[in-house]
Amino acid sequence: MANIPQLLIHDRRDNVGVVVVENLTAGTDMLCVITEDNSEIHARSNQDVPIGHKVALKDLAVGDTVIKYGEDIGKVVAAIRKGDHVHTHNLKTKRW
Amino acid sequence: MNLSNRTVWGYRRENGRVGVRNYVAILPLDDISNAACEAVAAHIQGTIALPHAYGRLQFGEDLELHFRTMIGTGANPNVAACIVIGIEPHWTKTVVDGIAKTGKPVAGFWIEGNGDIATVAAASRKAKEFVHLATAQVRQECPLTEVWVAAKCGESDTTTGLASCPTVGSMYDKLVPLGLYGCFGETSELTGAEHLAAARAVSPEISAKFMKTWSAYQQDVIEAHKTSDLSDSQPTKGNIAGGLTTIEEKALGNLEKIGKKVKYIDVLGPAEMPQRGAGLYFMDTSSAAAECCTLQAAAGYVVHIFPTGQGNVIGNPIMPVIKVSGNPRTVRTMSEHIDLDVSGIVRREMTIDQAGDQLIEHIVSTSNGRFTCAEALGHKEFVMTKLYRSA
Repeated sequence: MANIPQLLIHDRRDNVGVVVVENLTAGTDMLCVITEDNSEIHARSNQDVPIGHKVALKDLAVGDTVIKYGEDIGKVVAAIRKGDHVHTHNLKTKRW
Repeated sequence: MNLSNRTVWGYRRENGRVGVRNYVAILPLDDISNAACEAVAAHIQGTIALPHAYGRLQFGEDLELHFRTMIGTGANPNVAACIVIGIEPHWTKTVVDGIAKTGKPVAGFWIEGNGDIATVAAASRKAKEFVHLATAQVRQECPLTEVWVAAKCGESDTTTGLASCPTVGSMYDKLVPLGLYGCFGETSELTGAEHLAAARAVSPEISAKFMKTWSAYQQDVIEAHKTSDLSDSQPTKGNIAGGLTTIEEKALGNLEKIGKKVKYIDVLGPAEMPQRGAGLYFMDTSSAAAECCTLQAAAGYVVHIFPTGQGNVIGNPIMPVIKVSGNPRTVRTMSEHIDLDVSGIVRREMTIDQAGDQLIEHIVSTSNGRFTCAEALGHKEFVMTKLYRSA
């Protein structure tokens, strides 16, 4: 059980990952797996983050592009620190 | 696993197609014929009524879609025989004649001049005859690749793009090159990944056809009818609860369903039957689960794969729907709805390739007659797509 990841990252270029365990608490040292090549990194979560929600892998400023699957998934609308929960409060589509 | 020799036990229909279910459908042409159809189905065991909301005062492209959906539903290989009941004879006959082209037993009845009671009596007598014909059918060994398999995801979350959609993609990458007919749709939900979807077409011509369809949806539907933006619908509240933030993120996960290698060979209108032979097809559909499944069944697909994250419970009356989920919480809290648990992928206990193989085994067992969760739970959502207001 020890090497079950808490966070999965699709692509090496991504600046967010997805929490894949329930009840993740603030301060957890997360085992993160990049699914593209099965490589591992570690990151710390700043908040309690629900399963399926995203955590930032680096600091992001307003206007920056959030990358997931190696692709543009929207723009930052409130400053994000590495380890922060990323969702509708700080990320918005560029489409509409 | 040698997939090219895999077989299933299906029903070989008059037109050569393979069905995996053996329904006698009682199909209302229009909303006001639902009661008569439901009365026949209540009377004659082994039949299924398909009530719906439309069929009156439609015109133009919308009426063509109505007829195409009606005819395609009756013509689906999972239907052994079909009774059509309408308010009047002319449109009823249009649907009966369309279904009859498959060679399967079909009969039409109309209520005007007869009333519900006499219509139900006559239709019941015919339905009983069809039930005897259908139940005398014996399953035959057929190649797995003759089972047309459609896919659509719903109540998606971030695990959909990590696990359940790539599982479907693995299945398509393995079976489409062997001669499977596949289908994906959800025009609005490809927004944000439309450039990637366009790039997966087999040729520049089909790529342009896809972009034309996608752009028309943006212009004719989104731009024409939006009141603010689509943020309240796309992503849905369920998507957002599951961690999806933007339409782009949702679209990228959605597109994982078509795998890494396979290319789609044509763009179909809603409920349009594939005409270019075996391969993967894109169909212009709503992203609402019941509408999309109804259109895909009307195009002739006989098994459906439905990846879900937060737990959509959709079923279809004539096409078994196999649910796949990679969300550990959903497979625990909604286990009765999930046919294939691929949450091992997010725990790194299972590879996507292994999950794709397990999905193929589910397609085989479902085709052989095993009920899906949605079938066991009685989910029969039959929802017609309507393009615009009636006359």
